[in-house]
Amino acid sequence: MTQLWDFSGGIHPPENKHQSTSVPIRTATLPEQLVLPVQQHIGEPATPVVAVGDRVLKGQKIADVTTGMGVPVHAPTSGTIEAIEQRPVPHPSGMPDQCIVLRPDGQDEWCELHPVGDYKQSGRELVLQAIRNAGISGMGGAGFPTDIKLHPPRDRKVDTLILNGAECEPYITADDMTMRERSSDVVAGLQVMAWILRPERCVIAVEDNKPEAIAALREAVNATQIEIAVIPTKYPSGGEKQLIRVITGLEVPSGGIPADIGVMCQNIGTAVAVAGAVFDGRPLISRVVTITGDAVAEPGNFVALIGTPFRDLLRQAGVDQSVLDRLVLGGPMMGYTLASDSVPVIKTANCLIAATGQELPLPPPEQPCIRCGQCAEACPMELLPQQLFWYSKSAEFEKAEHLNLFDCIECGACSYVCPSSIPLVQYYRFAKGEIRTQRAEKLKADRARERFEARQARLEREQEEKELRRKQRAKAAADAQAKKKAEAEKAAADGEAVDERAAKAALVQQALDRKKANAGQTPKPEATASDAPGEPTDIATLEKQLTQAEAKLNTMQGMLDDAKAQQADNVEKLERAVAKNHDRVERARRALKEAQDKAQAQSEPQSSE
Amino acid sequence: MALIQQSSPHAHNARPTSKVMLWVMLATLPGLLAQTLFFGWGNLINVIWCIGLALASEAAILRLRGKPVGFFLRDNTAAVTGLLLGLSLPQFAPWWVSGIAVISAIVVAKQLYGGLGSNPFNPAMVGYALVLISFPVAMTTNWAEAAGLGTGTPGFGETLARIFSNAQATAVDGWTMATPLDEYKHKIASHTASEVLVHPTFGDLVARGWEWVNLGFLAGGLLLVWLRIITWHIPAAFLAAIAAMSLMFGSNADLYAPLQLHLLAGGTMLGAFFIATDPVSAATSHQGKLIYGAGVGILIYLIRTWGNYPDAVAFSVLLMNFAVPFIDYYTPPRSYGHHKARRGLPGRNGG
Repeated sequence: MTQLWDFSGGIHPPENKHQSTSVPIRTATLPEQLVLPVQQHIGEPATPVVAVGDRVLKGQKIADVTTGMGVPVHAPTSGTIEAIEQRPVPHPSGMPDQCIVLRPDGQDEWCELHPVGDYKQSGRELVLQAIRNAGISGMGGAGFPTDIKLHPPRDRKVDTLILNGAECEPYITADDMTMRERSSDVVAGLQVMAWILRPERCVIAVEDNKPEAIAALREAVNATQIEIAVIPTKYPSGGEKQLIRVITGLEVPSGGIPADIGVMCQNIGTAVAVAGAVFDGRPLISRVVTITGDAVAEPGNFVALIGTPFRDLLRQAGVDQSVLDRLVLGGPMMGYTLASDSVPVIKTANCLIAATGQELPLPPPEQPCIRCGQCAEACPMELLPQQLFWYSKSAEFEKAEHLNLFDCIECGACSYVCPSSIPLVQYYRFAKGEIRTQRAEKLKADRARERFEARQARLEREQEEKELRRKQRAKAAADAQAKKKAEAEKAAADGEAVDERAAKAALVQQALDRKKANAGQTPKPEATASDAPGEPTDIATLEKQLTQAEAKLNTMQGMLDDAKAQQADNVEKLERAVAKNHDRVERARRALKEAQDKAQAQSEPQSSE
Repeated sequence: MALIQQSSPHAHNARPTSKVMLWVMLATLPGLLAQTLFFGWGNLINVIWCIGLALASEAAILRLRGKPVGFFLRDNTAAVTGLLLGLSLPQFAPWWVSGIAVISAIVVAKQLYGGLGSNPFNPAMVGYALVLISFPVAMTTNWAEAAGLGTGTPGFGETLARIFSNAQATAVDGWTMATPLDEYKHKIASHTASEVLVHPTFGDLVARGWEWVNLGFLAGGLLLVWLRIITWHIPAAFLAAIAAMSLMFGSNADLYAPLQLHLLAGGTMLGAFFIATDPVSAATSHQGKLIYGAGVGILIYLIRTWGNYPDAVAFSVLLMNFAVPFIDYYTPPRSYGHHKARRGLPGRNGG
């Protein structure tokens, strides 16, 4: 007997499963048109690889994801591509999405299939590739690409592989009927996944309200090491986190994934699809869908091609449009309403409830919260729903986040039990959406601010540089002017002197000539002073400063060496001082050099004059 | 035909607030029955008068506030407030005393704070504390003497006349008597336990009549726990705290009232199962409820033993109501997938 744990909270809603389990799984008839959304999984939408008017064969790839995460979409039957356009798709938002519309030609002609066959002889990569090429994504929940999930990071060894057959939501029986009728496929698919992951433990978890499925599985797992865990019926035991708790007693860390604690959950339908892909090479082109609710006369499960409009399935189940009040895709706890019955079956669609007004009546008007705490008793994540509601309603999102709003799995147990009929989950969705928007906006604002600040800094720097250059130019100009003026004055003075002397000399010369004297002395013009009077002193001062600084540095260095040798605690301080002195010496040296250069530069033009 | 568009969950199976309140009212019946059997018609008349007045004042104030009257009256919460006051006020409390208690409970303590779900204090206890402080004589001299099963109590008409006549304030007659807790508290200073206990108010068992009333409320309270309308945390912590305090500090019966008197006299069981468990003004998490309940129990013991009042449910509940936001901040449960609970305010410890 497998040891089981309990999770806190949970509810026991009426199961309403018997309606759709009385008849075996039926095969839905071929619809007139198939509508295949290019995005049926988490990740990047697939890009169509066919054009309007192309004839495609059953199982042929019609859209693929080349970059990023995603899986391809295949033609569920042979026919002609009629359109590639926006169509209504099953999504809570009710927004349309890109779809490939296929008109079946009725021949149901398969393309060539490439089964892996004896997978144990092939490489794991090859099998994973086959799973990806078959377009398999999780068929129970959000539709995460199965090949990526089966390839966890190296440091996340999966010890326990759980096949989730809990199917805890009321009404849904797709997995139940699959386990009853196709238990060998379920086990075969699980064995492939187990071979890929090599877990220590392999468990199929089934709620104890499905005795037929349990019996069928027990038979199928005979002579294998797969455990069948019969878990108590309690909603939401099929929630991934709750199931992991029930089977292993461990909890998935908040914000983490099951692989963080060495656990992985896979869906029953996914296992069957994996078996089909590996052993027959069949891509995922059909799935089991429960069509139930009081508005259909013959509720039951159908094997429907992906892309079959729900209208066709409802008709085959004998829908009475006059009493149909709402269509819920998924279960009554977490499913979402459809705006029209023309949306198609997708890979994640497990159940459609065609409910009458009495079956799922509108909730009574919301009353004030009386903090009764029923919601906290029911919460499987051990949150405080009434506090979360309070903070969500008053838009105190920081406090809501503090109370782990993002751990809410939106299972609806709190709303189910609320005596004041408060749509709690809706408030949490609102708060989560607001917080996400705020985060996105904050990120955007932060980026914008960074950009702005960087630009501002750059402009300032440029301005400063400009200013500096301008000043330098102005200074240079002023210097040049001053020098010119000084030179001009000096030159003027010198010139005058020279002229005077020359005149005198000429006179003397003339006189001498006249007197026919032999020799005369031409007075030499005085050498112009090459250096400004202050300059030599400056250089001398600088030289003196440099020597002083160097001497000081040497002393400091000595002290530092001593200190280091003695391991004194002022080493750091001294190091800083030495560095500072070093800088000072450098500066003095540079200043001296500059002064000398300047002196030289100044002397040059003058000597050339 | 347009299909209904709605957010999940689509299934609901809640016990509506009105039904919850109805169950609370039903659960008080054993206690009310015992009160009527031992103390006469007083409580029943009070209950009817208080419920009627509560509904009337709720309707009036809802109209003034521009709220839908029928919608809110149907939730039965005003009726429960009136009922609790009727059960806890002295049997012969004059009509205007109970009237003031009810009106201040509904109008001031409940509706002026924003109505159902927004009141920080237990409305019934606000009303009770107000009249207890304002009219101490009327609130202490009007307790009925416990009589035998249905005998020796004043008749319905006499009781009605007494409650609704104006000239009865300090009338001393054969019908009233000090409550057991009051009697014990005031006599034990100068007498021994055995001397005190000969007073007829104590009867043969613990406290004549009172023990059955308390057992009645205990039974009703257990029904509520069984129906999952309340959780066991507050009553259990409440009673355990009284018991622990009594055993620790008042085990000498010649100095302090004994434990059985604390548990089975006065408003202990009514307080533990029906008053302290008012969800609006109580703490929310399990741990918070334990702290809250224990706080009420400890305060009750402290006030009964060393305070000026013989009973203290109202004051203790109100004092702990003050502490509820604080308790709630520091006692959130550990959520799934977290190592420990996120206590305190966001931002302090990694919010």
